[in-house]
Amino acid sequence: MLLEKLSNLPGVSGNEKAVREAIIEQLQGHALEWQTDTLGNLLVRKKGSGSGSRRVMLAAHMDEVGLMVTSIEKSGHLKFRPVGGIDSRVLVSKRVRVGDDRIPGVIGSKAIHLQKPEERLKPFELDQLYIDIGARNKDEAEKHVQIGTYVSFDTACTPFGDGCLRGKAFDDRAGCAVLLELLLEKGGPAFDAAFTVQEEVGLRGARVASYTLQPQYALAVEATAAADTPDTEKERSATMLGSGPAISFMDRSIIVNREIFKGLIEAGEKAKIPFQFRRFTGGGTDAGAIALSREGVKAGVVAVPCRYIHSPCSVLKKSDLQHTVSLVRAWLEATA
Amino acid sequence: MKEEEVKELVMELSFAVGISGSEESATAAASRHLERYVTRVWRDRLGNLIAFKEGDKPGEEPFSLALVAHIDEIGAMVTKIEEGGALRFTGVGGIDPRILPGQPVEVHGRTLLKGVVGAKAPHLLSEKERREASKFEDLFIDIGLTKEQAEKQVRIGDLVSFDAPPLAMTAGKNIAGKSLDDRAGVAALVICAAELAAARHRANIYFVASVQEEVGLRGATTAAYGLVPDLAVAIDVTHGEAPGLTPPDVFELGGGPAIAVGPNFHPALTARLEELARDNRFSIQREADTGVPGTDAWVIQVSREGIPAALLSIPLRYMHTTVEMLSLDDLINTGRLLAAFARSLDRPFVEGLACF
Repeated sequence: MLLEKLSNLPGVSGNEKAVREAIIEQLQGHALEWQTDTLGNLLVRKKGSGSGSRRVMLAAHMDEVGLMVTSIEKSGHLKFRPVGGIDSRVLVSKRVRVGDDRIPGVIGSKAIHLQKPEERLKPFELDQLYIDIGARNKDEAEKHVQIGTYVSFDTACTPFGDGCLRGKAFDDRAGCAVLLELLLEKGGPAFDAAFTVQEEVGLRGARVASYTLQPQYALAVEATAAADTPDTEKERSATMLGSGPAISFMDRSIIVNREIFKGLIEAGEKAKIPFQFRRFTGGGTDAGAIALSREGVKAGVVAVPCRYIHSPCSVLKKSDLQHTVSLVRAWLEATA
Repeated sequence: MKEEEVKELVMELSFAVGISGSEESATAAASRHLERYVTRVWRDRLGNLIAFKEGDKPGEEPFSLALVAHIDEIGAMVTKIEEGGALRFTGVGGIDPRILPGQPVEVHGRTLLKGVVGAKAPHLLSEKERREASKFEDLFIDIGLTKEQAEKQVRIGDLVSFDAPPLAMTAGKNIAGKSLDDRAGVAALVICAAELAAARHRANIYFVASVQEEVGLRGATTAAYGLVPDLAVAIDVTHGEAPGLTPPDVFELGGGPAIAVGPNFHPALTARLEELARDNRFSIQREADTGVPGTDAWVIQVSREGIPAALLSIPLRYMHTTVEMLSLDDLINTGRLLAAFARSLDRPFVEGLACF
């Protein structure tokens, strides 16, 4: 499965190489044209079978949230800072992969036995956490890492439950998997696919990708938070697993173009594809940067619901991913 | 044993699952290794694994040594199935709930179910909630099933273990993973047994993988009573150095096992261990233990009419997390020191232990 393969690769913002290469490997032999740009975006053109009078772009970001080494202690422990938005409470007692050689590391914590009762009531702060690669001292650590080395989560993508997947970086390898599936299938309308970089640090890749491709219509294919879990009222869940792709009307970065918003609903209803609305307006997406590209682009967002995003272990439902492919395909056919 | 074999051994034991009270599958893994080197292996009524090796004792009245390491590990237990299918749970043994959000787990239901510990989404937390540590009651296990599906697979009381396969670190010679507390000690038993396979020793030796240590030193209580050893050494873990921690709370990784001194430990055993470490050039550290009931040695010492006890502890970073880390060198030295200790024993030494 494409998502499983893509999810397991490291691709923290600014270091998307492994993901880009894996996607290019998939593109080979399918009569597709592609190019990369100076930021590392991968831009792919599918000529398609239809007449296709409009230039449509689908965007999914290759990068994921992760960590970066900021200093090396005498003891060989690594200090780090997050790249992208990470709640530091999810970092404790987790495995990571450090650098391009992906050497194993762990983020430990002070043992419970050594904590005072009042310490146990507070979350661990970032300053209390270190990456341990097993090095005995700074010299040994420096053989493997330097300041600026990227660190990614280390959670193997695993199927579980009723058609669910557990893994890291579904935000937004899920979107990458959707784009790839549409690129690789025979026929279908013409479109441009932008596999973008640096979304998690400010929608930076999409901005230049959109400038280059000059689309008239664009859709960001994302993974978005699902809080359909205990202790959260249903109306605050944003999206629900198993209810199909989530269509956004607005987020922090964009008010979705109404033509696209309606087009997605019509496409879903006509093809009887389950979908839901994203009942939350926080968070930014590549669509926000795309919409403001050049003299403006009509842009929208559709997303795969995903629990525990931006953590080492997120959860999605495979049927939602498949329905996202169907909905984007139906929208493309009506739009391109 | 060679370093590579020790690495495989400790990783296999770390991977095995044996939450306090349900240790059988971890015990079976330990048994497979120990039985190669001993005369007889059995379980007692609580489930302690006992591997017995007879000593060579020409013309002497026999005496026995027990080497004890606990096989159980901390975990969790299902307490409720929620409306949406998520599972509520409580800890078995001392777990810090703050290590749990985002942790992959396995639920031992009718079948083995993969899951992940979830918490309320960060964007929905109030400022006050963000400043508070996770508590068990705020967390849940997501097994990707609806309530109806979950009820067919899971019952209240089903156990939950961490899905955290061990890691061999690239830098250094360390291993990281779950339940190295105290599978490291059990691995040291196997290393010791292997060292003694072709060696002469007068003591009858019981290698004991004890159960239910994490919930109150329970297995060692009945094992010591049942076996009536003349002396015993518990092998456990102690806190390894890490940022933010300083001696005397922590011990150097790679600095060798810590030999505990204090009221819980017979001074002659401590002295013998230190002497042997010096003679054999094993690095050791010394741990002052003022009498905190932390290890199996605590209950062994006061079993029946009293059993002289000692404690060797392997330094372990991040104890009771899923990324506990030890040094292979420390582990190997612990096993070898135990073997040297076993070989050094004779009847006069043992008889002298009651003479103060």
